[in-house]
Amino acid sequence: MAAASVATDAATEVLRPGSEDEAIAAFGDGAEVVVVGGGTIVIPDLTYRRRRARKALLLGSAGLAGIETQGSRVTIGAMTPVQELVGMPAPLGPCAANVADLEIRSQGTVGGNLCAREGYEAPRGDLQSAFLALGAVARSAASGDVTEEPLEDFLPKRRERLLLSVSFDEPSAGAFAGLDRPHTHDYTALAVSGAKGTDGTLRLAATGTGSWGVRLSSAEAVAGDPAAAGEAALQDVSPHDDALASAWYRTKVLPVLVRRVLDELKESA
Amino acid sequence: MNLTVNGVPHGVDGRELATLLDVLREDIGVTGPKAGCHQGGCGACTVLVDGEPRRSCLLPAAYAVGTQITTVEGLGSPEDLAPIQQAFVHYYAAQCGFCTSGMMLAAQAYIDRGGADDPEAIQHALAGHVCRCTGYSKIIDAVAAAARGDSFDLTTTAVGKHTTMANGGAA
Repeated sequence: MAAASVATDAATEVLRPGSEDEAIAAFGDGAEVVVVGGGTIVIPDLTYRRRRARKALLLGSAGLAGIETQGSRVTIGAMTPVQELVGMPAPLGPCAANVADLEIRSQGTVGGNLCAREGYEAPRGDLQSAFLALGAVARSAASGDVTEEPLEDFLPKRRERLLLSVSFDEPSAGAFAGLDRPHTHDYTALAVSGAKGTDGTLRLAATGTGSWGVRLSSAEAVAGDPAAAGEAALQDVSPHDDALASAWYRTKVLPVLVRRVLDELKESA
Repeated sequence: MNLTVNGVPHGVDGRELATLLDVLREDIGVTGPKAGCHQGGCGACTVLVDGEPRRSCLLPAAYAVGTQITTVEGLGSPEDLAPIQQAFVHYYAAQCGFCTSGMMLAAQAYIDRGGADDPEAIQHALAGHVCRCTGYSKIIDAVAAAARGDSFDLTTTAVGKHTTMANGGAA
């Protein structure tokens, strides 16, 4: 077997910021910067030469890890390991528990998961549906400009900005339903998250139906009728074929997962 | 960049973005961590970083600076095997051996966390480790025995067969 090693050119500049401000400055406008969080997704890309790093921004010492709660507001730093979410209430806790195995979850980060590129043969970004259902706000930076915006607005441009943290209000109820994975290292082929805010707002979102997680607004509009909501959810997605499942299968299963989530939310209300 | 491997400090230059696996094997010459899939899928490269199991093929070496890195070479010595190594011998839990160092380090971390001899919990702890010889039952038996704190006769296996230890370690 040929030896594999990370594709580091002599010209690769390794940046190791020691604070959030330094990370924002080092990221700059993001041009030619490969951001390395836990490394679980990016490092294999570099090892197998799928990507090359002109500048590698290693965030391990940037102080972006940690979970803070102020009142009902929860803020999770981008470098927080996925494993730290596992004990949290649904949809986040069970969604995080459905990511890889204990060791990968302990190394992979929330920011890395949310900002992952589309997979080569499978969807990535398992946590996206849970954070979308929670109505999370993304705090990110580019060219020194720090902004907050809804996660659903951030996701399409997640590779152009440096995610610093995500925050959300604790829901009054939450639910998660995903397809079982044949092995701990498979990405989630399809999953649905739901959350009800303390003001009664209900959000539904899916992972595995496109390049990144999507809100299921059509399903939310008829959420009182879980069967109708399940069918309505199909208007919000464009399922595709990949190595994990066909578009046809996803079309058949999505309504089922939506129904399960809404039923679970009803039971916990 | 200084890395402390099995208690010994090593200076390595210009390899911050290289994987810890590459640095251990190619720069430092510690070959217990095996290079299997290079993408975190097999667990053969697992090492302990400050006591926590980590895939060394996914970890930029820079992230291990200032930590204590433990490989299978640091668990015990041929003359004085660690209990988890004795358990693997007694239960014949290593076949081709390629997954063994990663399995044992993950198992050691599980035991150090207070893990019990519960097969389901052991399966959960080792879920990311692939044994292509499919010797999972014996591996789980070995980890359970080590978790119980059993003592091991290294000259015979759990099913009464002689081990290579019966002949002074010669094959």
